[in-house]
Amino acid sequence: MRPLTDEETKIMFEKLSKYIGENIKLLVDRPDGTYCFRLHQDRVFYMSEKILKLATNFSRDKLISVGTCFGKFSKTKKFRLHITALDFLAPYAKFKVWVRPGAEQSFLYGNHVLKSGLGRITENTMQYQGVVVYSMADVPLGFGVAAKSTQECRRVDPMSIVVFHQADVGEFIRNEDTLT
Amino acid sequence: MFDPASHVLRCEMTNMAACSVEELLAKAEQEEAEKLKSISVQKELDLEFDVGNLLACDKNRIESRDFREQRKEDFLRALARDNTQLLINEIWKLPTERIAEVIVAKLPEQTTRLPREKPPPKPRPPTRWEQFAKLKGIQNKKKTNLVWDETAKEWRRRWGYKRANDNTKDWLVEVPETADPNEDQFARRTKAKKERVAKNELNRLKNIARAQKIKTPGVGLLPKAQQSKDELAKAVNVAKTSTASVGRFQDRLPKEKPPKNSGKKRKFEPLIGDFSTEKKKQLELLKLMSSKTPKLDITKAVNTQMRQEDREEAAARRRKGAGGKGRKGSMAGRGKGKGGKGKGGKAGGGGKRRGKPGKH
Repeated sequence: MRPLTDEETKIMFEKLSKYIGENIKLLVDRPDGTYCFRLHQDRVFYMSEKILKLATNFSRDKLISVGTCFGKFSKTKKFRLHITALDFLAPYAKFKVWVRPGAEQSFLYGNHVLKSGLGRITENTMQYQGVVVYSMADVPLGFGVAAKSTQECRRVDPMSIVVFHQADVGEFIRNEDTLT
Repeated sequence: MFDPASHVLRCEMTNMAACSVEELLAKAEQEEAEKLKSISVQKELDLEFDVGNLLACDKNRIESRDFREQRKEDFLRALARDNTQLLINEIWKLPTERIAEVIVAKLPEQTTRLPREKPPPKPRPPTRWEQFAKLKGIQNKKKTNLVWDETAKEWRRRWGYKRANDNTKDWLVEVPETADPNEDQFARRTKAKKERVAKNELNRLKNIARAQKIKTPGVGLLPKAQQSKDELAKAVNVAKTSTASVGRFQDRLPKEKPPKNSGKKRKFEPLIGDFSTEKKKQLELLKLMSSKTPKLDITKAVNTQMRQEDREEAAARRRKGAGGKGRKGSMAGRGKGKGGKGKGGKAGGGGKRRGKPGKH
């Protein structure tokens, strides 16, 4: 486990800012204690200082997870968000997409969101903007990338993709063994 | 009114109730007693205690029949409980004192010697000289530490600081016949001494390196009859960095590759370092990132433009639709107004002018 280098921090913040914009500040500078990002086995974990100090008691190969896993760095040093980060991203999300009850299951099985399943979308969403996907009952389901801007969404036919799937809460079951 | 039969019955009932209460109490008492087993435990052979290690050895034979008949878990638990009780009884016999609301017993010295955790350290491998001496059968002769110094007339150490017969402290040195007469003989001696010390130090380091099976400290590039490609490349790199600016202003050949394995090593911040500076750094980075995003977002601007156009179009359509509905009236009105404005203005103007003098 080690702190992120400046380069890694930048890559991760750029990815996070696609979803929560400048609200990252609230994750870094929290009033309820010192929280930090740490890299362990290419994965980025977000934890409090207290937990970090406890975690130092474990050897590197025995430690599987500390705090919350935000995502991982791929071999080409790109940052991939994991579904475990949803709890921290959903409250600060700037752009949201609500999915109709009928399309909920399809999204939770890892499919993209089609126009027919789109319930609501935040105004002024741009193309390729990171969005948090909600059910109509305002339960966060995962996150994706807007395939069309809000304007275009109105015009496209019902079977075209509106939101590209990135991660969904169904992964907690599907990828149970690899998720940390 | 008095019914003897019912009275007798009531008496019996109270009697029964009393009986059952007593029984219950007795039962509860028994259960309580079982729970708090007595602190005295009977054993055929006394246990052997080593209270210093909190150790008790039970040398009593285990009845294999009990072990088999009773449930094994229960038997073992009972045995452990009894023996622990005995050990704790033993601890209570020790002098106790009260420190901050806690009763503390002072344990005696431990009698059982525990084996050490780590294996004993390996003997140091022999130095080069020790190997040589063994080969040649040379044995150390013990020399005295102090020697008599003739000039100082006192006992002095054989080696080191303020040693006896120190030849670097001579006030007079004879110049040998073969030597250069201009050479400083005092400096020569101190230099020779320093070189011997340096050589000894190098040998010492070599011995350590050999003992730990690591490479001997490098002495740079040694001249060779035939240098390999790697060695030549290394020599070039060494030569390039051997300038006053450590090779900073050294020109590169066209298409020359940067030297391998000479870059700086990866270095990470400590895992638990200064959290406030870490936070500050991240906030600064965020500030920098937010300042770099363009103020004018082209996609957003295009979107708003498109929406505005849409709105205008819709408004125009609505206006058109409204016009179609009330066509007659509006058109007529508009036509009237227009006509009235344009023509009337002109005509009125004329008329006014014309009419003014008429009014007067």
